[in-house]
Amino acid sequence: MVRLDCRGEDCIVKVRDLDKKYYRGNEVIDVLRGTNLDVSPGEFIAFMGPSGSGKTTLLNLVGGLDEPTAGTIFIGGEELNKLSRRELARFRARYIGFIFQLYNLIPVLTAYQNVQLPLLLTSLSKKERIKHVETALAIVGLTGRMKHFPSQLSGGEAQRVAIARAIVTDPVLLLCDEPTGDLDRETGDGILELLGRLSKEFGKTVLMVTHDARAAAVADSILHLDKGILVEAQEPGVF
Amino acid sequence: MKYLHIILANLKRKKFRTILTIGSFAAALFLFGLLTVIDKAMNSGADFAGADRLLVINKVSLIMPLPYAYLERIRQIEGIEEVTFSVWFGGVYQDPKNFFPNIAIDTGTYRRVYSDIVIADGQWNDFLADRQGAIVGQDLAKRFGWKIGDRIPLEGTIWPGVWEFNIRGIWEMEDKSLPSSDFYFRYDYLEEQRPWGKGTVGWYIVKVTDPSAGAGIVSAIDGRFENSPYETKTDTEKVFLTGFANQIGNIRLIIISVGAVVFITLLLVTGNTMAISVRERTGELAVLKTLGFSDAGVLGLVVSESLLISGIGGLIGLALVKLFTLGGDPTGGFLQVFYLPPEAIGVGFLIALLMGFVAGFIPGVNAMRLRIVTAFRRI
Ligand SMILES: Nc1ncnc2c1ncn2[C@@H]1O[C@H](COP(=O)(O)OP(=O)(O)O)[C@@H](O)[C@H]1O
Ligand SMILES: [Mg+2]
Repeated sequence: MVRLDCRGEDCIVKVRDLDKKYYRGNEVIDVLRGTNLDVSPGEFIAFMGPSGSGKTTLLNLVGGLDEPTAGTIFIGGEELNKLSRRELARFRARYIGFIFQLYNLIPVLTAYQNVQLPLLLTSLSKKERIKHVETALAIVGLTGRMKHFPSQLSGGEAQRVAIARAIVTDPVLLLCDEPTGDLDRETGDGILELLGRLSKEFGKTVLMVTHDARAAAVADSILHLDKGILVEAQEPGVF
Repeated sequence: MKYLHIILANLKRKKFRTILTIGSFAAALFLFGLLTVIDKAMNSGADFAGADRLLVINKVSLIMPLPYAYLERIRQIEGIEEVTFSVWFGGVYQDPKNFFPNIAIDTGTYRRVYSDIVIADGQWNDFLADRQGAIVGQDLAKRFGWKIGDRIPLEGTIWPGVWEFNIRGIWEMEDKSLPSSDFYFRYDYLEEQRPWGKGTVGWYIVKVTDPSAGAGIVSAIDGRFENSPYETKTDTEKVFLTGFANQIGNIRLIIISVGAVVFITLLLVTGNTMAISVRERTGELAVLKTLGFSDAGVLGLVVSESLLISGIGGLIGLALVKLFTLGGDPTGGFLQVFYLPPEAIGVGFLIALLMGFVAGFIPGVNAMRLRIVTAFRRI
């Protein structure tokens, strides 16, 4: 039982007694066992842990992409279990930005069109959409790449486009699954720095799964996930 | 449609495949359009066949003659208003490709049976005054640029030699939308000139007083000539004309079977193509869902893509048929009504869209059911 440090209702993510089991034939894989987690608005948390420890599973559950075996997840007061698939989709569109290790851009759409995707689900006019996309691309420092297709971008640039897509609707929560996992050191540092800025300057709450020890430099705290249990590291920067 | 660019981008993903799929729809709809045109052409004769007219032919075959003497014997039967007869001449104008029906008619009775053929009385009288006279349908006259007074040579195929005719009149159908492409000349001229076959006619056309009594008259006529050397077969003109089409095989059945097979094949091919193309981008569809696209939205994208392909392909196919028909009857007279009606274009387009919908629906539902986490694991 760690990280129950959010008092009252003011935490943005509240996870209680979360269990996640996978069934593979007769085998039961206990990925998460009684996980609890509180996150305050604007907080930047890094999750570390060995491969297969359930980091992605936890992130997917918090993002409403998967359903827990037991337990509850509240995001901004909304209980995810109680939402239908359709409501969950709408919820993700409005409140959550996703960033993946392999960027997950749509290869046949330009950088501009990729960033615009979440805005298509809103009632914004074309003009407003253009403004939002331009703003998002400016924040990630890629104004000059709008008409490029993903295959014409470097890894770092592609990840920046993906980040622009994640923030274009101005969500409160960013979920990043190993965002620097496929990048070289220098480029990865740039991405970490950008995520740090999104947290500090724009007040985004960031949950980031990473293997990158340098994540400590930008995260407010680091949690370790091992054998289905979350443990808080002593102090950021120790690892 | 703010999602259109996504659909178009998906179509551009595998350009060659998209072109092939559009091509299959175009080919299928071209075939559909053409079959419709042919079906219409085959059955157009029946559309204007008078219900009060019966045709009497030789029981053995249409091309076998009947004795001229039957004229009076048919006329004696109760309930018959008038009888006339014709002979198929089979002449060729310059080139066999210029085919049109040329028929010897009995001037004394013809107009009383075919009251729906319109010709100026003056022209008719000129026709009666000239043994070598002929009257031609307006469509036919237009086709060869003939005018009254022109001298037309026909090369005989049944009765050899070059036969010369003078155009004395131009007729048209009372209902102007019906074709007028026959060439009529005088039976007495044929009878006088032909070396054999004298004293026979090709078939009789009987006008009955009361169409509802037709069945009785049919058996009365055929009964009268039973066991004679020239037995007859009588039917309504309509049955005869559709029966004529039936001789070449049951055209409509063939058309429907061919069409059905083509469309089922099309459905299998495009359904498979759509399924492959959806499976290829499972990951991307999962990304869209992650971003908040609803299940129905993803289904909509896939189905729209399929609809766009089928719609474009269908229109291309139908446009090609339309262009083809504008060139006129390619058989030189056999298919006199060679025309793709707007309703057929509408029906064809709807069929194409329906096919597109069905082809896209199953992969679309799979895309809709796709679970994000499973899809990401698979990448
Ligand atoms: N859909 C699934 N079916 C079966 N096992 C799964 C499934 N998803 C994840 N797992 C298993 O759960 C464990 C945790 O996976 P994951 O959350 O991806 O770990 P991490 O991201 O920490 O590497 C792994 O052992 C993985 O094989
Ligand atoms: Mg993982």
